[in-house]
Order: sequence, then C-alpha cells, then structure tokens
Amino acid sequence: MERTTLDLWVGIFVVAGIAALVMLAMKVGNLGTYNVSETYQVHAYFTNIGGLKPKASIKSSGVLVGRVTDISLDTGRYEANVVMSLDKRYQFPRDTFANILTSGLLGEQYIGLMPGGDSEMLKNGEVIKKTQSAIVLEDMIGKFIYNKVDEPAK
Amino acid sequence: MPVAKTIKTIKIIGRRSINAVWRIGMAARFFFLTLMYSGSGFRRFHLIIKELFSTGVMSLIIIIVAGLFVGMVLGLQGYETLKRYGSESALGSMVALSLVRELGPVVAALLFASRAGSAMTAEIGLMKATEQISAMEMMAVNPIARIVAPRFWAGVISMPLLAAMFSAVGVFGGYFVGVVQIGVDEGSFWSQMQAAVDFREDILNGVIKSFVFGTAVTVIALFEGYDAPPTAEGVSGATTRTVVTSSLVILMLDFVMTAIMFRGV
Repeated sequence: MERTTLDLWVGIFVVAGIAALVMLAMKVGNLGTYNVSETYQVHAYFTNIGGLKPKASIKSSGVLVGRVTDISLDTGRYEANVVMSLDKRYQFPRDTFANILTSGLLGEQYIGLMPGGDSEMLKNGEVIKKTQSAIVLEDMIGKFIYNKVDEPAK
Repeated sequence: MPVAKTIKTIKIIGRRSINAVWRIGMAARFFFLTLMYSGSGFRRFHLIIKELFSTGVMSLIIIIVAGLFVGMVLGLQGYETLKRYGSESALGSMVALSLVRELGPVVAALLFASRAGSAMTAEIGLMKATEQISAMEMMAVNPIARIVAPRFWAGVISMPLLAAMFSAVGVFGGYFVGVVQIGVDEGSFWSQMQAAVDFREDILNGVIKSFVFGTAVTVIALFEGYDAPPTAEGVSGATTRTVVTSSLVILMLDFVMTAIMFRGV
C-alpha cells in the first residue's frame, strides 16, 4: 500500500483511539463533572458515620457542593472526624447543620448541609459544630421493638 | 517391570519441565533483546507505522463490532437482573464499570491475540521457514531490530487504543439497548455512570491492564514465531500455541492485576 494512505489510516486509528479514551474520561468517568481545583476544607465530628465512605458526596438542597476526603477516628473524643472539601463557590454560615443521610432506602450515604442563620461564613479548616449521626436501620428497628414491648397491654 | 516404568515416567516429567523452563528463559531473553534493539526500530518509524496498520487498523472492525454486541448483551442482561431489585437506573454504572474494568481490556486482548497475534506468529514463522531471516543475518541486518521490534511496539501501542474503543463502543451498545430500546431513564443512566466510574481508579487501571496485555500477547506471538520449527507443521503448531498461551496468560494476568488494583475501598 502507498505510504501516504498507510499514514492516513494509522492516523485515523490513533485519533479514534485517543478520542475513545477522552470520551470515556469525560462522558463515562467523573473527570468532566467535578472540578477539584478550587475547594476549601472543613471538619465535622459525628458520633456514628454508619456506612459513609471517602469520596461520598456532600449536598445542600440536593445540589452537589463537595466530597468527603478523609474519615478518621479522633481518639481524644472517640468520635469520627470527617474532612470535607467544599467548592469555593458555595459559602456556608458558621452554624450550618451537617446530617448524614441516605439516598433511597438502601442507597449510598451522603452528607447533607442545612445552612443556619449566622452572618459569618465557614472558613478553611474550621469545624462544623452541629451534626447529626447516620440513622442505622438496625437501631431504628431495635427501638421500635422495645417501644412495642414497653407499651401497656390493652 | 513397574520400577523401570515409573523411572521412565519421572524422566519424561523431568524433560518436560526442563523444556518448559528453558522456553520461558528463552522468551525472557528474547523480550530483553527486543527492548535492547528497539532504539533502531524507533529510528525507522515508518516500519512501526506499517505494522500499526496491519495489527491496529485491521483489528478495528472486529473490535468495534464485538464491543457493540458485548455492550448490548450487558445492557439486556443487566436490565433483567437489576429489574428484580427495582434499580434499573443503575444500569449505566453496571455496564460502564464492567466494560472499563474488565471486559474492555480482556475481551479486546483475547480478540487481538487471535486476530493479530496469530498473524504475527505465522508471518515470522514463514519468514523463518523460507530462510528470509537467515538471509537478513547474512546481510548483517539484525532481524530482531528489523522485524521483531517494530511489531512489538505496534502491538504495545495499539492494544490500549483498541481496548478504549471497545469500552466506548460497548457503552453506546448498552445505551442503545437500555435507553433507546427498553426505556431506562436517560438522565439517570448517564449520571449514575459518571458517579460510579472514577477516572484514576477505573479508566486508568483499565488502560494499564490493556498495556500489560498488549506486551504479553505480542511477546508471546513474536517468540512463538521466531522459535517455530521451519516447517509447515511447525508454523501451524506455533500459531495454535500463540492463541492458546496468550489467552491463558491474559486471563491469569487479569486476575493478578484485578487482585492488586481493586482491593475494595
């Protein structure tokens, strides 16, 4: 085959392969959806994080505003220390409420932020003081059964 | 005499093992020689381009058609299973994750081994049988630099590209069956997929996998061709061995790499 047609076909092949890779990264993967460049970090302590994992989403009013970057156990107070990186575009008041919620009945867990009314905003490295732990389904069922037992028989 | 028979069997086992180890050693030596002489292969880049055409471009059709059908089957079967749990919306993430992590690199490599690897072995085996390789050595042309190294690099370059195309086309196959035909919600199909597939964890690991498979398949194919007895029977046996060995090696390497890469969070 002629050299130039050969070059043309190989060029098409390489370009198509790279295009497939870029398409996988942008459309299938999460590279195009979430920009990690401009974030600030805040901490929150939870008594029980349930099934929360690093990279879980952080939402406010259902909008994705950040991701959980690190989870560790603080041995000083025996509570889970959750590090969150939030998008710089979204500022939250200092008395913001952080809940661990579940998407759907058996879905994955995420952190929901409920803004308070403070005029000062959370800064990088600050701690969210008001938190609510994950609702563990087994605990709820357990409580429900005990309540039933405690009820006086009619 | 049963004792003499046992000794004979043990001798056969011994000879087989020595042969196997010897062949592995020769293949490793061959691999290093190929890497060593790759420099002159890159200096004559048009040789690599020529081989990229015959290994990469000619494998395009089989890869695209196979990827489309694998994606469509995944969409169909995934929907049937996920429907039982009422989570049809997770179809996108299921299709994309299985393609990007496993099926893309593995199936593309298996197809590549049988489409391009067998052709490489037969070509080099026949060159050896018709004494073209000896002729080159007589002319002081290094056959490893002139014949083997360009084919090796063409295989290593084209394998990740082919696997990426396989996965991309497969995702569209799954989209076609899941969204267009069955009617899964389009928004949740793509958004769940993007939430589940991580660029570094999933896509880059898939690319690394296919890169390793490409190296393994081309080294096996080239070595079998170079090592084939210079007869018609020898070349046909070497071609068969290429496909069998490289398929097994792909599946074994895939298990090892999956165990290392995806340990769970």
